[in-house]
Amino acid sequence: MFITRKAEFSASHVCRVPSWNDAANREVYGDAANEHGHGHNYIIEVTVAGDPDPVTGMVVDLKQLKDILEREIVQPMDHRFLNYEVEPFDRVPPTAENIALEIWSRLRNPISSTQARLHRVRLYETVDHFVDVTGEDFDT
Amino acid sequence: MKAALTRRYHFSASHRLHAPALSNDENARIFGKCNNPYGHGHNYELEVTARGTVDPETGLLLDVRQLDRFVSEKVLSRFANRNINMDLPEFRQLVPTTENIAIVIGKTLDDGWGDEFGAAGAKLMGIHVQETDRNGFDLAIGAQDHHHEDSVLNTSFASVTDLDK
Repeated sequence: MFITRKAEFSASHVCRVPSWNDAANREVYGDAANEHGHGHNYIIEVTVAGDPDPVTGMVVDLKQLKDILEREIVQPMDHRFLNYEVEPFDRVPPTAENIALEIWSRLRNPISSTQARLHRVRLYETVDHFVDVTGEDFDT
Repeated sequence: MKAALTRRYHFSASHRLHAPALSNDENARIFGKCNNPYGHGHNYELEVTARGTVDPETGLLLDVRQLDRFVSEKVLSRFANRNINMDLPEFRQLVPTTENIAIVIGKTLDDGWGDEFGAAGAKLMGIHVQETDRNGFDLAIGAQDHHHEDSVLNTSFASVTDLDK
């Protein structure tokens, strides 16, 4: 059974490969490469999988899950400029794909310490643009 | 590493649900007010999902602007502000339910996908068509390891053809 918890953070980013010149970055990223960056209200939907506990009827303690999202993702990323303030985005372009992969990496171990396991991270950059990461994305 | 990316698009169009093979009474009974003779419209939402390897340098799994151009050319430019029954040849005989709209859009995107994004590029995994807030349909296209003959798309076509009989 799956259960999903949502969280939000607002952050700025700029999509640039540090070793490329301005024209090359603009060619690939368009306006997202604008030098001084821009921001989004990111929304994450974190889906965990497990069996309901026979006594409590819960797949996971949602308070525990909420605290993990707050500690691992929202506190470090909310109201930050990702490229300058959040690793590894000083080296890796903070595209929606890379942010979703990073969120997966940050959540996997803390969530496996609960009774559930991480199943999917969905990151909305805008309402019309989102990225999904699941465990099999790391196998292939 | 891989990831799946979804973009959402919007188009407004009108349609009328009416199966030519059925009588007027049967159409009215099956489709209700959706069978009203002059048709009606919706603000449709189309989600297109692609899965592929995240380029280790750019952090991108596909060029989003290329996807936008592709979807715009193949779908939005044909459906937006049109009467689906009258303006689109695919629906001369096929009832433009959201199921059928999803199947036609899915097939259109799937047919052009390989030429546009290449064998090594991201794969089309599926689409979602939302007709109203309460009404949406998923079409899985993915079938990464399957040939087209086995894909859900063709299965869906087969079942729709059967329904029309």
